[in-house]
Amino acid sequence: MSELLALLKKMTSASGLSGFESPIREIIREAWEPLTDDLSVSKIGSLQGLKKGRGEEPRHRVLISAHMDAIGMMVTEVKHGLMRITEIGGIDHRILPGQLVTVHGREELSGVVVQPPAHLLPESAGDGPVEMKYLLVDVGLRPEEVAEKVRVGDLVSYAQQSLELTGEALAGHTLDNRVSVAATTLCLEALQNRLHDWDVWAVASVQEEETLGGALTSPFDIRPDIAIVVDVCFAKSQDSNDWRSLPFGEGVGLGYGPNIHPALYDAFEKKAKALEIPYNKDLMPKMSGTDAMAVQIVAEGIPCAILGIPLRYMHTPVETVSLKDIRRTGRLMAEFIADLAPDALDQFNWEE
Amino acid sequence: MTKKFEVSTGIAPEIGASQIELLEKCCNATAVSGDEHEVRQIVLDEVKVIADEVKVDALGNVLATKFGRGDDRVRVMLAAHMDEIGFMIVKKHDDNLFEFECVGGIDERQLPGKSVLVGRDHLPGVIGAKPIHLTTAKERKNKIEVSSLRIDLGPEIGEKVKPGDRATFATRFELLGPSIRAKALDDRLGVATLIELLKHAPDNIDLLAAFTVQEEVGLRGARVAAYAFDPDMAIAVDSTPAYDLPHWDEEDENVQYNTCLDAGPAIYVMDRATIADRRLVKLLTETGDQEGIPYQFRQPGGGGTDAGVIHKTRSGIPSTSVSIPSRYAHTAASIARLDDWANTLRLLYAALTRVTPELLAGERRD
Repeated sequence: MSELLALLKKMTSASGLSGFESPIREIIREAWEPLTDDLSVSKIGSLQGLKKGRGEEPRHRVLISAHMDAIGMMVTEVKHGLMRITEIGGIDHRILPGQLVTVHGREELSGVVVQPPAHLLPESAGDGPVEMKYLLVDVGLRPEEVAEKVRVGDLVSYAQQSLELTGEALAGHTLDNRVSVAATTLCLEALQNRLHDWDVWAVASVQEEETLGGALTSPFDIRPDIAIVVDVCFAKSQDSNDWRSLPFGEGVGLGYGPNIHPALYDAFEKKAKALEIPYNKDLMPKMSGTDAMAVQIVAEGIPCAILGIPLRYMHTPVETVSLKDIRRTGRLMAEFIADLAPDALDQFNWEE
Repeated sequence: MTKKFEVSTGIAPEIGASQIELLEKCCNATAVSGDEHEVRQIVLDEVKVIADEVKVDALGNVLATKFGRGDDRVRVMLAAHMDEIGFMIVKKHDDNLFEFECVGGIDERQLPGKSVLVGRDHLPGVIGAKPIHLTTAKERKNKIEVSSLRIDLGPEIGEKVKPGDRATFATRFELLGPSIRAKALDDRLGVATLIELLKHAPDNIDLLAAFTVQEEVGLRGARVAAYAFDPDMAIAVDSTPAYDLPHWDEEDENVQYNTCLDAGPAIYVMDRATIADRRLVKLLTETGDQEGIPYQFRQPGGGGTDAGVIHKTRSGIPSTSVSIPSRYAHTAASIARLDDWANTLRLLYAALTRVTPELLAGERRD
């Protein structure tokens, strides 16, 4: 198993649904501890790592923001030994029936999402998709035991084992956005052997899928001069084929649109070309659906770049990523940061 | 190398660690209707050392016979199907994604977002679904048709997968407290039960065990197996759905539960394919009553088992079915109770020991 694959498996081994990120935070803390000079946790739970630059103080600061929270579900009712659920983050209810899940009750319980048969559903359900409020979770225990172990408000996370596909592709749940945390880790690793003038702040942010809370708050404490937001972007498959999706495994997505400072886009494009790192322009004409929406408007405003790792089947338990694109993203970030001269900020302006 | 085995005639079978291990092996194997090879191999390995005669017939059924002793032995056929629902790869598209067709009764709403294993080499793949971000509210009101789904095995799958290859859900067997969660409990529970019964076959009968093929696509294996065995009576051992879930409206009682978990083996009186021979139903219920083994009646109605073709074979064969109840059959993960399985095995064994020629001597009566 490659080092990156091992890292990814570790990064997806812990839950960390939006608002409840502590399990994954501990894993990232362990990975970043040897790579940073200082690690802190923000008031709402984001992990903030500082790797100091070599320039004279005061040094400029670059922020890398990769959200660590994951989509999932929450128990809304426990009855007859079964649970009803609602979503945390965006889940298409059509992909839920038959999914393996973990119910995080008084202990972790393996379960499955159940679509009751038609005669137990309202007639309006017909043979179409069953709304989330009618789905159930079964953990295989008898009602009295379930009542003891599970309460309303308990978390439910995807539990399908990840699968290694051909061509260095990995399929599994929660790759959104642990692949970006992994890419950030690769970047920090690469910077161990590089001299860089700027301070690097790596943030594993919280609550991107629901409130963007992490992305709104950590930059306020850190006050970076520029920010690189790393997230997943859509990769092409049979039913995601238009301009919104990028080719799978064929390069980093470079976000382009109002959330992104055009000079930062240009700088990243130039860097990717110079290093022959494959990339594709990822058009975001209105909004990016990433931490950048929040980071951009913190305090007096922060210039953002968005790097996207193309991911198929986003927000399903079989999200699929190419390891190549994760490596490319980590490398592109590291090279960009290492080459930031003390006066580099001057280039990121509005002079056309 | 000789295989360790145990033939314990006269001793009632039980469910223990080795039986659960065998069930796990059976459930994790792939045997989509028409390609039952893997389960057939497991069955052959198990029964070759315990049965008196074993053959694989023209359709791929495993027919295993364990002769009793003495005269007046009744020829009792038990049937459990080896095949499971699954998929066949039908087309490779230019984007390296594979179109597939369902084999057996699968609700297509169970497919998006599942992991699968493809072909004899169990190559991992996934059935993806469009990101919710790219769907419209209107789109989400319609189910995702199987024709729009693909199996993705990664960009470098090359020629390793071809049209015609079978696939199943990738779910691995797991014990959850009092329950088993696995794919294909329908009917690996029956297969494992038959193997145990062969190991413990009572002397008063000739036990004719048919491990059948193609049940899920039309009960084809059982028909020819019954012809070949020419038994005096038959019981299909299957797994039937337990729809013992609450009605969405708590005011409404669920009166169509089919069977319930924790209520013991489900005895069939009638389904869409078979009107059970009452003498056999009585044998099973009286056995349960006398031995204190819990049982339930499967609610009469739709569905069918191998008994559906067996009872109409040759000049007619008195038949019924006994099923282990399981929730969520024909999905990626079904759930059954270990106790229901153990009680099914106990009931069948005890009933077999009670079979005498007198049971079937007279005319069929209600």
